[in-house]
Amino acid sequence: MNIYNFTPASALLGGILIGLSAVLLVATNGKIAGISGIVREVLNPSAVKNIDWRFLFLMGLIGGSLFYRWLSGIENSISLEASWFAIIVGGALTGFGTAISGGCTSGHGVCGVARRSLRSFAATMGFMFTGVTTVFVLRHML
Amino acid sequence: MTRIILVVSSGALFGLGLCVSQMVDPAKVLAFLDLTGDWDPSLALVMLGAVGVAAVGFPLVMTLPKPLFGGTFPAPSVSQMDGKLIFGALIFGIGWGVVGFCPGPAIASLVYGSPKSWLFLASMVGGMLAARPLLQRTSS
Repeated sequence: MNIYNFTPASALLGGILIGLSAVLLVATNGKIAGISGIVREVLNPSAVKNIDWRFLFLMGLIGGSLFYRWLSGIENSISLEASWFAIIVGGALTGFGTAISGGCTSGHGVCGVARRSLRSFAATMGFMFTGVTTVFVLRHML
Repeated sequence: MTRIILVVSSGALFGLGLCVSQMVDPAKVLAFLDLTGDWDPSLALVMLGAVGVAAVGFPLVMTLPKPLFGGTFPAPSVSQMDGKLIFGALIFGIGWGVVGFCPGPAIASLVYGSPKSWLFLASMVGGMLAARPLLQRTSS
C-alpha cells in the first residue's frame, strides 16, 4: 500500500462543511440530510408531507457546487473513467441498494453514524466492504 | 422566508463540502476504495470531519424544544437489524465501487456537465423505482 494524492486539509474542511449542513437541516426542520432518501421522496411526492424543503435542499446542493466551480475557476475537476455500460450498472445498483437499505453515504454513513445508530453503522460497514471488494476485483483481478 | 434561506444554505454547504473535499470526483473516491493500490485516505477524513461535527451538533440542536421552523426532531435511532438493511448496503457498495459515485456527489457533479452524470442519475432513479414493489411487499 502506498499513500497517494492524500489531501488531509481539504478533506477535513469539506467534511466539516457537510457536518454543518446536516446540523443546520436538523435545526431548521428536524430532517436528516440523507441524499438518497431525499431523491426517493422527490420521486414520490404524494407519499410525504411538506415536499418543498427537499427541492430547496437539492437546489442548494447544486448551487453550492456551482459556486465552488466559479470560485475555483476550474471548468472540470472530475474524472469519470467508468464506461457507459458501467455507469448504467453502477447507477442502477446504487439506486436499488440505497432504496432497500434506506440510506447511503450521507444518511447512514454521516448522519446515522453521528447519531450512534447501530443500523447505520452496520450499513456503512456493508457498503464499505463491497465497495473495497469491487474495486479490488475490477482493478487487480480482472 | 428565513426557513427557505436556511434549507437552501444547508444544501449549499453540503454541495460545497463535497466539492472542497473533492468527493465529487469519482477518481478520488475509487482511490480511497483501492486499499491495495495507490491509496488515498482522504475520504476517511471527510467522514471523520462530517461525523465529528454532526455528533457534537445534533445533541446540541436537540436541546431546543423543537426545530426552528416546524416538524419534529428525529426519533432516537432503533438498533434492530434486518436483512434488507444489510443486503441493500452490500448492493449499493458494489455500485459505488464500479463508478465511484454515491447519490450526493452524483448530483453535485452535474455542474461539470458530463453526460455520464446524467446517465448515472437516470439509472439510479430506475434502480430506486425497481426497489419499490420489494419495499411495499416487505413492509406490509
